[in-house]
Amino acid sequence: MPQVGLFIPCYVDQLYPQVGLATVDLLEHFGCEVVFPEQQTCCGQPMANTGCVQDARPLAERFLQIFEPYQYVVAPSGSCVAMVRRHYEEYFHNDARYLALRDKTFELSEFFVDVLKVQRIEGAFPHQVGMHQSCHGLRELRLASDSEMVVPPFNKTRQLLEGLEGIRFSELSRADECCGFGGTFAVAEEAVSCMMGNDRVHDHQQAGTEVLTANDMSCLMHLEGLIHRQKIPMKVLHVAEILVAAIRAQPVASKSSQELPELTTPPKR
Amino acid sequence: MVATGHPVRAEKFVADLPRAHWHDQSLWFIRTKRDRAAHSLPEWETLREQAAAIKANTVAHLADYLEEFERNAKALGAHIHWASDAAEHNQIVLSILQQHGVTRVCKSKSMLTEECHLNPFLERHQIEVIDTDLGERIVQLANEPPSHIVLPCIHVKKEEIGELFHKHLGTDKGASDPKYLAEAARNHLRAKFLASEAGITGVNFAIAETGGFVVCTNEGNADLGASLPKLHIACMGIEKLLPRQADLGVFLRLLARSATGQPITAYSSHFQGPMPGGELHIVLVDNGRSNIVGSDDFRRSLNCIRCGACMNTCPVYRRTGGHSYEATVPGPIGSILAPSRDAKKHATLPFACSLCGSCTDVCPVKIDLHQQLLTWRREIAVQKYLPWSKRMAMKLARIVLGHVWIYRLAGKVGRFLLPKLPRMLVYNRFNPWGKQRDLPPMPKRSFRELYRDRQRSEKSVR
Repeated sequence: MPQVGLFIPCYVDQLYPQVGLATVDLLEHFGCEVVFPEQQTCCGQPMANTGCVQDARPLAERFLQIFEPYQYVVAPSGSCVAMVRRHYEEYFHNDARYLALRDKTFELSEFFVDVLKVQRIEGAFPHQVGMHQSCHGLRELRLASDSEMVVPPFNKTRQLLEGLEGIRFSELSRADECCGFGGTFAVAEEAVSCMMGNDRVHDHQQAGTEVLTANDMSCLMHLEGLIHRQKIPMKVLHVAEILVAAIRAQPVASKSSQELPELTTPPKR
Repeated sequence: MVATGHPVRAEKFVADLPRAHWHDQSLWFIRTKRDRAAHSLPEWETLREQAAAIKANTVAHLADYLEEFERNAKALGAHIHWASDAAEHNQIVLSILQQHGVTRVCKSKSMLTEECHLNPFLERHQIEVIDTDLGERIVQLANEPPSHIVLPCIHVKKEEIGELFHKHLGTDKGASDPKYLAEAARNHLRAKFLASEAGITGVNFAIAETGGFVVCTNEGNADLGASLPKLHIACMGIEKLLPRQADLGVFLRLLARSATGQPITAYSSHFQGPMPGGELHIVLVDNGRSNIVGSDDFRRSLNCIRCGACMNTCPVYRRTGGHSYEATVPGPIGSILAPSRDAKKHATLPFACSLCGSCTDVCPVKIDLHQQLLTWRREIAVQKYLPWSKRMAMKLARIVLGHVWIYRLAGKVGRFLLPKLPRMLVYNRFNPWGKQRDLPPMPKRSFRELYRDRQRSEKSVR
C-alpha cells in the first residue's frame, strides 16, 4: 500500500477544507495509506515569489523536515508542488535529503497517472466542464502540453476526467491563458489581474462551461471571486471534488457557485 | 499601500477597457500566427535547442568572437568602433557624421539606438534623424517612444494614424484607409531617403567568421537607407554576434516565425563590407552587457534576438501596453534588462508578471524568462527596493506560518470574524482583493479540524 504524506496548502486547509477531504477520499479510494502531518503550514511560496527569500527559507526547511519521512508527498495543487520541485533547489542545492523529497512530491493528478498508473476512473459526471490550465502545473510540472511548445499533445488531468460517463469539455478560444491570480500579483496589480480573470471567465461563458475546474484552488479562488461578484451562473470545483462526486455518481445539480456538494463521506470501496 | 510604478500605469491603461481589449486581441492575433508558424515545423523544439546552444557558446567565448569579427570586418573594409556605454556610442556616431558634414540621416529600426537615446542626442547637434520603419516613423511623428520592439506603434489605432498624417503629411482629414496612409508614408519617406546623406541601421546578426552582418526588415527600408548615401553606420550590441555563417540558418528560421508568424522577413539583407566607393562604420556597444555575461542568473538574457514573442504572449503586456513599462524594451525581456541598468527606477517591473511562464516556452532562444523575473524579485528585495508594506506582510507571514499554533489560531480567528464584520469593513479601499472580487465564503472549520474528527469517528466505528 503506497504511503502518502498529505500536503494540504495553507489556503486550502483554511478556506477550502472540502478540497482537502476530497483529496483524502481519492487517495484512499485508490488504496493509499494517507497520513496528514499536523505540523505543516505553508511551503513558503508567497514569500519566495515576493523576493523575500530570507522569509521563505525557514518554511522550506520546515517543510523538508516534516515531509521527509513519507514514501510519497501529494498535494491538490500544481503551484505548491512546483514550489517544492522547481524552486526549493535555491535553498537546498544538491542536498540529498532535498533531492529525495523533490523526486517523491507529486501533484494529485500526476500522482494518479504517473505513480499509481490509473488508466481510467469509473464514475459519472454529466456536465460540461471547463478546464482551467493552472500555469505552474502546466508549464513547471508539465501536467499537460501547452499551446506554446511544439510537442505531442497530452493532458494528465483531462485523461482522468475523460473516462467519466456523461462528461463534456468546453472548447476555449484561448486554451491555456493565465487567469491573472499570480499570488501577490492579484493584489499588487489588481486592475490587470481582474481583467485577466474576467477574460478567462468570459471565454468559459461563451464556451458553455457549467463547471469550471482546475488543479489549483488559488486560480479558482480568484475566478470564483469574480464570478460570484458578477452573479454569473457557473459552478467552481476543484478537480478532486469532481472526481469524488463522479465516483459516487452524484451529479452536481445546483447552479450557485457557493453551494458546494457535500463530499465528506468516504467513497465506496 | 500607495502604489507606484507599473501598477499605476497599468491601471490607467486598463481603465479604458475597450481599448485594452483591442490591444490584447491585436497582439493575441500575432501570437496565434506565431503558433501556426511554429507548429508548421516539426523540428521547432530542436531549432530552439540549437539556437540556445549557439548563443551559449557565443557568450562563453564572446571576447574571442568579437576580435574575430573585428578582424574579418576590417579585412572587408569596414571601420570598427567600440563603445563602452550609450554616451560613447552617441559621440562616436556624431563624430562620424560631423566628419562627413552630414545634417540629414535616415535610420532603420534599431533598438540599440533607442536604448542609447541617439535621436534626441543627434537632434541636439542639429542633425535631422528620420526613422524609416513605418511604425517607428509614426511614433516619431507622435513624439512617443515605440511601445513594442517589433511593432512600434501597435498601441495606435489607424484613425489616430490618419489624424497624425493629416497634421504632419497633409493627408485628407478623417482618412484612415491603411493603403492610402501607407502610400502617403511611402511618398513622404521617399523624399527623405533621397535627401539623406547617411544611413544608420541596426544589426540583427553579425557573423564572426565572415565579418559580415544581416539586417532583417519587412519594408526594405534598411536597404534603401544604407544604399542610397555613401555613408552607412551600423550600430549593434555586442551580443548580436554569431560564430558562423551556417548559424544564420537556425536564427533566420526562428526570428520571423516567432516575431510575426512569417516564414522569413521580407528582406534579410547581408552586408559584407562597404559598397564600392562607400564607407561602412560598425559601432559595437557594451552598455552593461559585459556585466550580464558575468552573471550566472542573467547571462541567458543575452540570447535575446529581439523577436518580441514574449511581449505578444505576455497576458500582462497585452493588457497594459508597452508604455506602462517605461523602459526601452518592454514586456518580459524588458523587465529583466531594465532593472540591470537601474534597479530602483524599474523595481516594479519584475512584479508586473503573474509568473505564468508562457514567455519562457514561447522564447525561440530558450531564455528562462519567468525564472529570471523571479530572480530579479529577490534582487529587488536584497537591494531594499520592495515597498515597506510588502516587506512587513512577508515578515508577518513568516512568523505566522513558522509556528503551527499561531497559524491555526490566526486561521480560526479570521474565519470566525470575517463573516461577522459589516461589509464596509471588509470591502473598502484597503482591500484591493475585494474591489472586483468576493472573498471565498469562510468555512466554520479548517481541513485539519474536519479531518481529525473524521479520523476519530472512523476509529470509534472500528
